[in-house]
Amino acid sequence: MSIAAYFASLNPANLIKGIPGSVAQGIVWGLMALGVYITFRLLDIADLTVDGSFTTGGAVTVTLILMGCPAWAALLVAIVAGLLAGLVTGLLHTKLGIPAILAGILTQFALYSVNLHIMGGWKGAANKSVNPDQYALLISLRHVPKAIIVGAVAAAVIIAVLYWYFGTEQGSAIRATGSNPAMSRAQGININSMKVLGLAISNALVALSGGLMAQYQGFSDINMGRGSIVIGLAAVIIGETLCDAFFRKGSSFSTRLIFLVIGGIVYYVVVGVVLWLRLPSNDLKLFTAAVVAVFLAVPYLQKQAKSSFRQAGKAALKEEGTTHA
Amino acid sequence: MLDINHVSKTFNPGTINEKKALVNLNLHLKEGDFVTVIGGNGAGKSTMLNAVAGVWPVDSGSIVIDGEDVTGLAEYQRARLIGRVFQDPMMGTAPNMQIEENLALAYRRGKKRGLGWGVTKAERTLYREKLKTLGLGLEDRMTSKVGLLSGGQRQALTLLMAALQKPKLLLLDEHTAALDPATAAKVLELSDTIVQENGLTAMMITHNMKDAIAHGNRIIMMNEGRIILDIEGEEKKKLTKADLLQKFAEVAGVQEETDSVLLS
Repeated sequence: MSIAAYFASLNPANLIKGIPGSVAQGIVWGLMALGVYITFRLLDIADLTVDGSFTTGGAVTVTLILMGCPAWAALLVAIVAGLLAGLVTGLLHTKLGIPAILAGILTQFALYSVNLHIMGGWKGAANKSVNPDQYALLISLRHVPKAIIVGAVAAAVIIAVLYWYFGTEQGSAIRATGSNPAMSRAQGININSMKVLGLAISNALVALSGGLMAQYQGFSDINMGRGSIVIGLAAVIIGETLCDAFFRKGSSFSTRLIFLVIGGIVYYVVVGVVLWLRLPSNDLKLFTAAVVAVFLAVPYLQKQAKSSFRQAGKAALKEEGTTHA
Repeated sequence: MLDINHVSKTFNPGTINEKKALVNLNLHLKEGDFVTVIGGNGAGKSTMLNAVAGVWPVDSGSIVIDGEDVTGLAEYQRARLIGRVFQDPMMGTAPNMQIEENLALAYRRGKKRGLGWGVTKAERTLYREKLKTLGLGLEDRMTSKVGLLSGGQRQALTLLMAALQKPKLLLLDEHTAALDPATAAKVLELSDTIVQENGLTAMMITHNMKDAIAHGNRIIMMNEGRIILDIEGEEKKKLTKADLLQKFAEVAGVQEETDSVLLS
């Protein structure tokens, strides 16, 4: 197929039609990004529990809705389940001395079995679908505009709560723990408790996001959370980069949180474009990982460009050249 | 105010790196004592301060602050009694947080941290007043991130934070060692002011014998995990650097003797 034929085969109308769906998904992932932000930026912990707790949120929500539980109540239980997952990671890390990243991997690994049981009892099940025609769901891809509105309201409420909480004495103590643990201890902060608390809150948000995603797509699946840490990080990084670009003089905490959700939306719109271009969707994860790696590397490389041994060596050579000439 | 009773601490016991850092250490401070601590590298000065602060548990002995036995309390639990300034200016403040947020963290040292606002309006007025006394212009930058401040500014802020919630004991661990001489002198002067104005009981480690003589009402010299010299009051005022160096040499001499006894 010639390039001209390829471009001729792309239908711009399809791209525009797909955008609202991308926005809806992006908002839901944006909630997940808020959770990732709490651990990754505020606590300075890369928490891999989320790959499991996202699925847990979805599994709990769908299972409870199928049992006749109202969707909002199912989400509340999902939040508690996520909280517990974060608690387990936190206790593995602080009480048993397991490095945070390994503690997260262990919990995530264990959650695979737990999630199978949540969806299928003792026998276990790898997925479970919920028909939006038979059950009252909060959001569904059948009604994208409604999904966007519900998602936006949920995001607004959560951002408001997070803004308040991290401005309180307790929230400040969590931020201090991430910023300088030695100083925090010297100021009488129990940093282990703060880490557990932060991990629990983060995973509660991730599970909520998973619960909303399962409703949106109409099913929960054992693999729905696979790689979600990378997508969450992508949303965080895109959001922060955009935020810094818009507000060069620095931005308030609430603005930053809003931009994290926008980061999720931008990510999914970009994914929509990639799929619309009919680029091989198998390579989507490779592409996402590469983008996240580049953005994570940028601050380091910028620093290197300003001061590194190579730079110093070059400068020294140049200087020698001029003095000897 | 502080009682260190028969405290011992050995690092890496039973290994080739075994280090007896504190050996049956005893020290008693009265309320309002300002003690300067000198001694060579590895003498146990920082180890003593860390033992008091609860960075790790001691092997034996007890530590009592203002009548309360804190030997079994973790670092964060003792923090309500102790204000600290570290050698590294980066260690005493949270760089990603604002100046006023850092002060607010210190203001709640030893208090329960609940769901009230992290910084209240009334506090801001207080912090502004306190920051003004530093004379660094920080009162106009209260919402700046602390990471933007210089080492000297951060150390001055840490001092302010250490005394904001009046501690039973102030521990200064070579807190001017990483600063340039002019800044060091300023921070030292500030330390004196804060100790005197609040009537604090304090311990200050320094490698500068002149500073050790000039500040405080009592001086102790440490060597090999023990206190080998303890001078206070009028006698301390008359001390000279030469006296201290001579005393130091005497101790080193004693060591040589024991060495020769061992080798003979």
